[in-house]
Amino acid sequence: MASVQNLIEKNCFELKNAGKTDRDITKVFCCDLLSIAMGKAPGDSAWVTVMGNRNTLAVASLADVSCVILAEGAAFAPEDLDCAKKEEITVFYTELPVFEAALAVHALL
Amino acid sequence: MSECLTFEYQVSGDDFTRAGEASSDVKNKLKMMGVDSGVIRRVAIAMYEGEINMVIHADGGSIKVLVSDDNIRLILADTGPGIPDVEKAMQQGYSTAPEEVRSLGFGAGMGLPNMKKFSDNMQIDTEVGVGTTVTMDIHL
Repeated sequence: MASVQNLIEKNCFELKNAGKTDRDITKVFCCDLLSIAMGKAPGDSAWVTVMGNRNTLAVASLADVSCVILAEGAAFAPEDLDCAKKEEITVFYTELPVFEAALAVHALL
Repeated sequence: MSECLTFEYQVSGDDFTRAGEASSDVKNKLKMMGVDSGVIRRVAIAMYEGEINMVIHADGGSIKVLVSDDNIRLILADTGPGIPDVEKAMQQGYSTAPEEVRSLGFGAGMGLPNMKKFSDNMQIDTEVGVGTTVTMDIHL
Protein backbone atom coordinates (compact mmCIF):
# COMPACT_ATOMS: atom_id res chain seq x y z
CA MET A 1 0.00 0.00 0.00
CA ALA A 2 1.32 3.44 -0.95
CA SER A 3 0.20 6.92 -0.04
CA VAL A 4 0.16 10.22 -1.90
CA GLN A 5 3.02 11.26 0.39
CA ASN A 6 5.09 8.29 -0.87
CA LEU A 7 4.47 9.44 -4.43
CA ILE A 8 5.58 12.97 -3.57
CA GLU A 9 8.74 11.62 -1.97
CA LYS A 10 9.53 9.51 -5.01
CA ASN A 11 9.83 12.81 -6.88
CA CYS A 12 9.07 11.37 -10.31
CA PHE A 13 6.44 14.01 -11.09
CA GLU A 14 6.22 17.74 -10.52
CA LEU A 15 3.97 18.46 -7.54
CA LYS A 16 1.60 21.33 -8.42
CA ASN A 17 -0.72 21.10 -5.46
CA ALA A 18 -0.49 19.11 -2.26
CA GLY A 19 -3.98 18.17 -1.13
CA LYS A 20 -4.71 15.36 1.29
CA THR A 21 -1.26 13.75 1.15
CA ASP A 22 -2.01 11.10 3.79
CA ARG A 23 -4.49 9.42 1.45
CA ASP A 24 -3.81 5.87 0.30
CA ILE A 25 -3.24 4.99 -3.33
CA THR A 26 -4.66 1.54 -3.98
CA LYS A 27 -4.74 1.50 -7.79
CA VAL A 28 -3.71 3.41 -10.89
CA PHE A 29 -6.46 4.49 -13.27
CA CYS A 30 -5.87 5.83 -16.80
CA CYS A 31 -8.63 7.49 -18.81
CA ASP A 32 -9.19 10.77 -20.65
CA LEU A 33 -12.91 10.49 -21.20
CA LEU A 34 -14.44 12.11 -18.13
CA SER A 35 -17.75 10.33 -18.73
CA ILE A 36 -16.00 7.00 -18.28
CA ALA A 37 -13.69 8.14 -15.49
CA MET A 38 -16.74 9.30 -13.56
CA GLY A 39 -18.21 5.82 -13.49
CA LYS A 40 -15.07 3.72 -13.47
CA ALA A 41 -12.29 5.48 -11.55
CA PRO A 42 -11.86 3.50 -8.33
CA GLY A 43 -11.97 5.53 -5.11
CA ASP A 44 -8.45 5.98 -3.68
CA SER A 45 -6.84 5.57 -7.09
CA ALA A 46 -4.16 7.70 -8.73
CA TRP A 47 -5.77 9.02 -11.92
CA VAL A 48 -3.50 9.60 -14.91
CA THR A 49 -4.99 11.69 -17.72
CA VAL A 50 -4.16 14.35 -20.32
CA MET A 51 -7.52 16.08 -19.85
CA GLY A 52 -6.68 19.22 -17.89
CA ASN A 53 -9.84 21.24 -17.39
CA ARG A 54 -12.04 22.27 -14.48
CA ASN A 55 -14.30 19.28 -14.97
CA THR A 56 -11.35 16.93 -14.47
CA LEU A 57 -11.11 18.31 -10.94
CA ALA A 58 -14.83 17.98 -10.35
CA VAL A 59 -14.69 14.33 -11.43
CA ALA A 60 -11.59 13.76 -9.27
CA SER A 61 -13.35 15.19 -6.25
CA LEU A 62 -16.69 13.44 -6.75
CA ALA A 63 -15.26 10.06 -7.76
CA ASP A 64 -12.96 10.50 -4.76
CA VAL A 65 -9.60 9.65 -6.33
CA SER A 66 -6.44 10.18 -4.26
CA CYS A 67 -4.61 12.37 -6.77
CA VAL A 68 -4.56 13.53 -10.39
CA ILE A 69 -1.49 13.16 -12.60
CA LEU A 70 -1.56 15.20 -15.80
CA ALA A 71 0.67 13.40 -18.30
CA GLU A 72 2.21 14.39 -21.66
CA GLY A 73 2.88 17.93 -20.45
CA ALA A 74 -0.82 18.73 -20.02
CA ALA A 75 -1.63 21.52 -17.55
CA PHE A 76 -4.50 23.17 -15.73
CA ALA A 77 -5.28 26.87 -16.08
CA PRO A 78 -4.15 28.88 -12.99
CA GLU A 79 -7.75 29.36 -11.83
CA ASP A 80 -8.28 25.61 -12.03
CA LEU A 81 -5.24 25.05 -9.83
CA ASP A 82 -6.84 27.42 -7.33
CA CYS A 83 -9.87 25.17 -7.44
CA ALA A 84 -7.64 22.13 -6.74
CA LYS A 85 -6.24 23.97 -3.71
CA LYS A 86 -9.73 24.75 -2.47
CA GLU A 87 -10.90 21.17 -2.95
CA GLU A 88 -7.65 19.77 -1.51
CA ILE A 89 -6.93 17.64 -4.56
CA THR A 90 -3.30 16.63 -5.02
CA VAL A 91 -2.15 17.43 -8.57
CA PHE A 92 1.05 16.33 -10.30
CA TYR A 93 2.39 17.26 -13.75
CA THR A 94 4.68 15.13 -15.88
CA GLU A 95 6.07 15.15 -19.41
CA LEU A 96 5.87 11.34 -19.42
CA PRO A 97 3.29 9.57 -21.60
CA VAL A 98 0.24 8.22 -19.77
CA PHE A 99 1.46 4.61 -19.75
CA GLU A 100 4.88 5.45 -18.38
CA ALA A 101 3.44 7.76 -15.74
CA ALA A 102 1.06 5.00 -14.67
CA LEU A 103 3.94 2.52 -14.51
CA ALA A 104 5.87 4.87 -12.22
CA VAL A 105 2.93 4.92 -9.79
CA HIS A 106 2.36 1.21 -10.14
CA ALA A 107 5.95 0.53 -9.12
CA LEU A 108 5.13 2.07 -5.75
CA LEU A 109 2.09 -0.11 -5.03
CA MET B 1 -41.94 8.07 7.13
CA SER B 2 -39.20 9.61 9.22
CA GLU B 3 -38.32 13.27 9.05
CA CYS B 4 -36.16 14.35 6.11
CA LEU B 5 -33.33 16.81 5.88
CA THR B 6 -33.77 18.73 2.65
CA PHE B 7 -31.21 20.58 0.55
CA GLU B 8 -32.17 22.52 -2.55
CA TYR B 9 -30.04 23.83 -5.40
CA GLN B 10 -30.52 25.81 -8.58
CA VAL B 11 -28.26 24.70 -11.41
CA SER B 12 -27.26 27.40 -13.84
CA GLY B 13 -27.45 26.42 -17.49
CA ASP B 14 -24.90 28.74 -18.97
CA ASP B 15 -21.65 27.69 -17.33
CA PHE B 16 -20.40 24.19 -17.93
CA THR B 17 -17.32 24.67 -15.76
CA ARG B 18 -19.51 25.31 -12.72
CA ALA B 19 -21.37 22.02 -13.10
CA GLY B 20 -20.57 19.98 -10.04
CA GLU B 21 -20.81 22.73 -7.43
CA ALA B 22 -24.11 21.44 -6.06
CA SER B 23 -22.86 17.85 -6.01
CA SER B 24 -19.69 18.95 -4.28
CA ASP B 25 -21.71 20.78 -1.62
CA VAL B 26 -23.88 17.72 -1.00
CA LYS B 27 -20.78 15.56 -0.76
CA ASN B 28 -19.33 17.84 1.92
CA LYS B 29 -22.59 17.98 3.85
CA LEU B 30 -22.99 14.20 3.85
CA LYS B 31 -19.39 13.83 4.96
CA MET B 32 -20.06 16.12 7.92
CA MET B 33 -23.13 14.05 8.75
CA GLY B 34 -20.95 10.96 8.96
CA VAL B 35 -22.53 9.13 6.02
CA ASP B 36 -20.60 6.10 4.76
CA SER B 37 -17.96 7.15 2.20
CA GLY B 38 -19.11 4.55 -0.35
CA VAL B 39 -22.65 5.95 -0.20
CA ILE B 40 -21.33 9.50 -0.52
CA ARG B 41 -19.38 8.52 -3.61
CA ARG B 42 -22.48 7.00 -5.24
CA VAL B 43 -24.61 10.05 -4.41
CA ALA B 44 -21.92 12.42 -5.67
CA ILE B 45 -21.46 10.60 -8.99
CA ALA B 46 -25.19 10.12 -9.64
CA MET B 47 -25.93 13.75 -8.82
CA TYR B 48 -23.01 15.14 -10.82
CA GLU B 49 -24.06 13.21 -13.93
CA GLY B 50 -27.56 14.62 -13.51
CA GLU B 51 -26.19 18.11 -13.02
CA ILE B 52 -24.14 17.86 -16.20
CA ASN B 53 -27.15 16.61 -18.14
CA MET B 54 -29.12 19.62 -16.97
CA VAL B 55 -26.40 22.02 -18.05
CA ILE B 56 -25.88 20.35 -21.44
CA HIS B 57 -29.45 19.66 -22.43
CA ALA B 58 -31.89 21.72 -20.38
CA ASP B 59 -30.33 25.12 -19.64
CA GLY B 60 -30.17 24.25 -15.95
CA GLY B 61 -32.81 23.23 -13.47
CA SER B 62 -33.31 22.47 -9.81
CA ILE B 63 -32.14 19.70 -7.52
CA LYS B 64 -33.69 18.59 -4.28
CA VAL B 65 -31.83 16.24 -1.95
CA LEU B 66 -33.86 14.49 0.76
CA VAL B 67 -31.91 12.69 3.44
CA SER B 68 -33.78 10.35 5.78
CA ASP B 69 -32.58 7.66 8.18
CA ASP B 70 -32.39 4.97 5.54
CA ASN B 71 -32.39 6.71 2.16
CA ILE B 72 -31.04 9.61 0.15
CA ARG B 73 -33.40 10.79 -2.59
CA LEU B 74 -32.22 13.04 -5.41
CA ILE B 75 -34.88 14.82 -7.44
CA LEU B 76 -33.52 16.62 -10.50
CA ALA B 77 -36.13 18.66 -12.33
CA ASP B 78 -35.75 20.74 -15.47
CA THR B 79 -37.97 22.49 -17.99
CA GLY B 80 -35.79 21.48 -20.93
CA PRO B 81 -36.70 19.76 -24.19
CA GLY B 82 -37.60 16.39 -22.63
CA ILE B 83 -36.30 13.00 -23.75
CA PRO B 84 -38.09 11.67 -26.86
CA ASP B 85 -36.87 8.07 -26.47
CA VAL B 86 -35.94 7.16 -22.90
CA GLU B 87 -34.98 3.60 -23.80
CA LYS B 88 -32.48 4.88 -26.36
CA ALA B 89 -31.16 7.54 -23.96
CA MET B 90 -30.49 4.82 -21.41
CA GLN B 91 -28.22 2.92 -23.83
CA GLN B 92 -24.57 3.26 -22.97
CA GLY B 93 -22.83 5.24 -25.70
CA TYR B 94 -25.95 6.94 -27.08
CA SER B 95 -25.45 10.69 -26.90
CA THR B 96 -26.97 13.88 -28.26
CA ALA B 97 -24.38 16.13 -26.61
CA PRO B 98 -22.85 18.89 -28.78
CA GLU B 99 -19.25 18.76 -29.98
CA GLU B 100 -17.98 21.44 -27.56
CA VAL B 101 -19.09 19.29 -24.63
CA ARG B 102 -17.42 16.22 -26.11
CA SER B 103 -14.16 18.10 -26.50
CA LEU B 104 -14.15 18.62 -22.73
CA GLY B 105 -14.33 14.88 -22.19
CA PHE B 106 -18.05 14.50 -21.61
CA GLY B 107 -20.99 13.55 -23.78
CA ALA B 108 -19.96 9.94 -24.30
CA GLY B 109 -23.42 8.61 -23.56
CA MET B 110 -22.57 7.45 -20.07
CA GLY B 111 -24.59 9.90 -17.98
CA LEU B 112 -27.94 8.17 -17.56
CA PRO B 113 -26.36 4.67 -17.45
CA ASN B 114 -24.02 5.89 -14.70
CA MET B 115 -26.94 7.39 -12.78
CA LYS B 116 -28.77 4.07 -12.95
CA LYS B 117 -25.64 2.15 -11.99
CA PHE B 118 -24.90 4.25 -8.91
CA SER B 119 -28.44 4.49 -7.56
CA ASP B 120 -30.68 1.78 -6.12
CA ASN B 121 -33.76 3.08 -7.93
CA MET B 122 -34.11 5.55 -10.76
CA GLN B 123 -37.27 6.92 -12.30
CA ILE B 124 -37.45 9.23 -15.31
CA ASP B 125 -40.57 11.31 -15.91
CA THR B 126 -40.24 13.21 -19.13
CA GLU B 127 -42.42 14.97 -21.69
CA VAL B 128 -41.11 16.42 -24.92
CA GLY B 129 -41.29 20.20 -24.84
CA VAL B 130 -42.18 20.28 -21.13
CA GLY B 131 -39.19 18.92 -19.20
CA THR B 132 -37.68 16.02 -17.35
CA THR B 133 -37.65 14.96 -13.73
CA VAL B 134 -35.24 12.25 -12.64
CA THR B 135 -35.71 10.74 -9.19
CA MET B 136 -32.97 8.56 -7.73
CA ASP B 137 -32.81 6.73 -4.41
CA ILE B 138 -29.60 5.62 -2.75
CA HIS B 139 -30.23 3.48 0.29
CA LEU B 140 -28.23 4.01 3.44
